Amino acid sequence: MQPVETANPRRDPAPSRWAYRMHRLWLTPLFRGLMRVGLPVFALVFGLGWVFSAPQNRALVTEQIAELRRSIAERPEFMVKLMAIDGASTKLAAEVRQLLPIDFPLSSFDLDLEAMQGAVEELDAVAAADLRIRPGGILQVEVSERIPAVVWRIEGHLELLDAEGRRVAPLMRRGDRTDLPLIAGAGGDGAVPEALALIAAAGPLNDRLRGLVRMGERRWDVVLDRDQRILLPEDESVAALERVIALDQARDLLARDLSVVDLRNPRRPTLRMAPRAVEELRRIKALERGDDVR
Amino acid sequence: MTDLYDTQRAMRNMRKAALQRGVIAILDIGTSKIACLVLRFDGPESYRETDGVGSLAGQASFRVIGAATTRSRGVRLGEIDAMNETERAIRTAVQAAQKMANVRVDHVIACFSGAKPRSYGLDGTIELHDATVTEQDVARVLAACDVPEFGEGREVLHAQPVNFALDHRSGLNDPRGQIGNQLACDMHLLTIDRDVVQNLLYAVKRCDMELAGIASSAYVSGISSLVEDEQELGAACIDMGGGATGISIFIKKHMIYADSVRLGGDHVTQDISKGLQVPLATAERIKTFYGGVVATGMDDREMIEIGGDTGDWEHDRRTVSRAELIGIMRPRVEEILEEVRERLDGAGFEHLPSQQIVLTGGASQIPGLDGLAPKILGNQVRLGRPLRVQGLPQAATGAAFASCVGLSLFAAHPQDEWWDFEMPIERYPARSLRRAIKWFKDNW
Repeated sequence: MQPVETANPRRDPAPSRWAYRMHRLWLTPLFRGLMRVGLPVFALVFGLGWVFSAPQNRALVTEQIAELRRSIAERPEFMVKLMAIDGASTKLAAEVRQLLPIDFPLSSFDLDLEAMQGAVEELDAVAAADLRIRPGGILQVEVSERIPAVVWRIEGHLELLDAEGRRVAPLMRRGDRTDLPLIAGAGGDGAVPEALALIAAAGPLNDRLRGLVRMGERRWDVVLDRDQRILLPEDESVAALERVIALDQARDLLARDLSVVDLRNPRRPTLRMAPRAVEELRRIKALERGDDVR
Repeated sequence: MTDLYDTQRAMRNMRKAALQRGVIAILDIGTSKIACLVLRFDGPESYRETDGVGSLAGQASFRVIGAATTRSRGVRLGEIDAMNETERAIRTAVQAAQKMANVRVDHVIACFSGAKPRSYGLDGTIELHDATVTEQDVARVLAACDVPEFGEGREVLHAQPVNFALDHRSGLNDPRGQIGNQLACDMHLLTIDRDVVQNLLYAVKRCDMELAGIASSAYVSGISSLVEDEQELGAACIDMGGGATGISIFIKKHMIYADSVRLGGDHVTQDISKGLQVPLATAERIKTFYGGVVATGMDDREMIEIGGDTGDWEHDRRTVSRAELIGIMRPRVEEILEEVRERLDGAGFEHLPSQQIVLTGGASQIPGLDGLAPKILGNQVRLGRPLRVQGLPQAATGAAFASCVGLSLFAAHPQDEWWDFEMPIERYPARSLRRAIKWFKDNW
């Protein structure tokens, strides 16, 4: 029998039991994949997690990132030095400047153009706004203003509305904007296009027209001087008004002593005469009957 | 017998699992070298289906992806002699082959030459239940073979049906589905020493691998070295290994006899070592470089330095003529061949229609053996080399690797053995059925 333990064993070419097992283990595909992919990934994730678990390390990294970003953002190429506003009246421009309180110079990275555009478009007098940064570090604000089309009297004060009924600005006195027609009544701002159509159709009555009144938030009354009113229906109000104007031109309808022309039911137009005219009519009728006249 | 049936079946299942995985190792545990091949199975060939025979005669279904050879340690006469040493040698070979293949191998098919194989010819006859032969009938006829007493401590290694006879028609290859009344079969049974197999199992297990099959190296050398017509017409394969010389006789593509002579190339080396007073390693080297068995006049003049490192100048400068070397080797080779002749005669080889003898194995490479062998074994002797298989390195194509290659072929196309058939129903233990009936009676 060979000695169980030799004092100075020669190097054995055979792999030891453990070397052999490790070699076989290494040839196992699953183990190999784990070692070659799983272990590095695990080490990376674990290492990063360990580093970031300390708050000062996190702070350091975020600080460095912020520093890097700042160093890029503050290059002169990216600095915005002034704001130019186009397409707005002086008053609106001042309002926009007040709305966007930016202390120049500022990096274009720190400007949130979308939010600023939203803020500018929130203004009543602004129909659309377009913001961009022009080369040369200029924040260009292109504003298209709303154009007032009517004056709207509501609850004792005056508002300027554009053709779509959107509020443009408050008005102190009617006398400031005599060029614009007047509308009144609750819900008047919701039917401005119809009101404008009526005013256009009422061209022949222009010198007598006082304004339009929205009645019950559903139909328009045309108010003329001498307290005359034309009550228009909800639908096809323009056609009804044109009928009245045609009647007026043919028979001088509105020059007579009427207080109301009621066309709310277009099939049954009704006239209301003024009280004195009624009395006069009764007197004439009595004369015709031969009654005593008081 | 049932126990063995189960273990062999388990090995067969293991082999099936290995083939499914696609990688299996071949381990040839020899006396002089241990060789390990790693085979990759790609499944059946998908192309040339209609050709009948695939490329490389159907052997292309596997390729060798790893091969390693190492000097054998702890093996004597083809049997494991020192377990630890053998285990180390197996580890060396397997690790190197795995490294070359770059895959891990879990299943191994092993062969060895020793363990005193002994052949038995068995026959059995049954009456068929109905006219057609079914698989169950084949199992029954195999089970009906009367097994001889092969003694205590012996184990069956191969049990191959070699011939079926249905009524008076003999020589059937596959009787299934044929019509007849009486089915008879001849079976070739090869037994070996149980201890040797158990040692082998243990050694493989200690290398963390599972044994998916074992084979006699004489048998697998025959598979790889005999060409097809030799296997068909009858031939003997002499596998001259290091510690043992295996003999297998084939006819009709079945092995009908196997034996082993416990003499081999190592004995020649020992003779040289003793005769020339040199260490075994030097003797092996001299045998490999200058050995031969037929001396000519020129060999008297060819002097071989045999060296030595005693420090004595006279001793270290010794030379010997090649004729002297041949004079030492030839008697031993003759003895081996005469022993083989004796075994062949005992097996009745002369009654075979063809008397072809093929010499293979490492010791068959001795120059001049093709001149010496016909004098002892008869005229039809040739030196055989194993079949070429795909991917086998050039270094492993020599005659010494006949059993490796044969084992590869055996792994790819195993012969039907007794345990490949289902166990016949009446052989199932009756006791369990009786117990079941008893359980019913007790509980109902």
